[in-house]
Amino acid sequence: MRARAAGLRVCPACQQVCRIPAEAATPPGCPRCGARLHDRKPDSLTRTWAYLIAALILYIPANLLPIMRTESLLGVSDDTILSGVVYFWISGSAGLATLIFTVSIVVPLAKMATLAYLTCRVRWPGQADRHQLGRLYKLVELVGRWSMLDVFVVALMVGMVQFQSLASIKAGAGAIAFGAVVVLSMLAANSFDPRLLWDNDGSPDDDR
Amino acid sequence: MSAVAEDGLCACPECDALYVRHALPPGMKARCTRCGTTLYRAPRRRSDQMLPVVIAALITFIIANTHPIVTLRAQGLVNEATLLASIVSLWREGQEPMAALVFATTWVVPLFDLLTMLFLLLMYRRAVRPPLYTRLLRLLQAIRPWGMIEVLMLGVMVSLIKLAKMADVLPGPGLWAFIALTVLLAVILSYDLRVLWQPSAPRQPETAPLGQPR
Ligand SMILES: [Zn+2]
Ligand SMILES: [Zn+2]
Repeated sequence: MRARAAGLRVCPACQQVCRIPAEAATPPGCPRCGARLHDRKPDSLTRTWAYLIAALILYIPANLLPIMRTESLLGVSDDTILSGVVYFWISGSAGLATLIFTVSIVVPLAKMATLAYLTCRVRWPGQADRHQLGRLYKLVELVGRWSMLDVFVVALMVGMVQFQSLASIKAGAGAIAFGAVVVLSMLAANSFDPRLLWDNDGSPDDDR
Repeated sequence: MSAVAEDGLCACPECDALYVRHALPPGMKARCTRCGTTLYRAPRRRSDQMLPVVIAALITFIIANTHPIVTLRAQGLVNEATLLASIVSLWREGQEPMAALVFATTWVVPLFDLLTMLFLLLMYRRAVRPPLYTRLLRLLQAIRPWGMIEVLMLGVMVSLIKLAKMADVLPGPGLWAFIALTVLLAVILSYDLRVLWQPSAPRQPETAPLGQPR
């Protein structure tokens, strides 16, 4: 049995199940916490796409612009995300290079692609395995935050390396662009309503 | 005309399947038979057992922010670094948005989380909870995903490895406090906030299932 089919709505904040009076025109408030009781997250797909497109646009400067500038007696060097990975790789820290490559380059791209795919599966359900799709969404929600790693590394390096003329590190424009990509893709995942994946499976009741 | 609460029911947040609530033994959780999402759980730790953890986390939060994470030595120059000093450096060199982002995710949200948890746990057993309780619990649920202490911790490790190649790195008390804080926060985050919406006295188990949570 589905809550929607039973004429019930679930509070998005406290998950209280509520019966909605038939004459209610605007979404009423939750009797326990006061949050608006929408049937599904309002404009879920439109909002998800808006955040996704913004994140995708910023992903380009995030990767092309330097995230960090090191000034030392040896000169000035600019680092992008990719050059940081390469630096770790050639200096013998293959594990660290793989970690940073995964969280900074693979995860944001995979997250955006997965969310785009999920919104498409809502529009065109086909023969989708909803358990797999649901699991994909949970994974996307879980791993997205780890992409902030490079932003924090830059912030910490700026604070730690302040040796006047000897060496200093400054943050580059790529770092905040990258931070914005992570924030926007988290907002995109947040706007997506996973219940939409299960809404149009054809069966009126539980399928298991 | 307002909505009517159906207290005996519970619905899956991921797939909208509807269930009847059952009283669970401690440490058990009810999962959705359709998609496997955890619906609700009976926590292993009682709310008053969580209090010392929250207080300990607040103390480590203070230590972590008042002591240097690391002391760097290079060619006779010494630099002590704290998280807040790093954020101030970012702000001063014109990276205000980035400073604000780091400040919010590693300082404001975790501190708000701890202080709010302290308040909620203290008020949980009251027969009549203050109106602020509901508002704070809602707010905490909304902003908790933006607290990123565990990601910061990994960031500290990566930057220490990077720095060890250019200077002498001496770990400071702030570093150990951050490690302890990460562990304590993991314990606090594993305490399901949905428990705090329920009345503190256990209710009678319901009968007549619509679907059995497994
Ligand atoms: Zn509510
Ligand atoms: Zn479910």
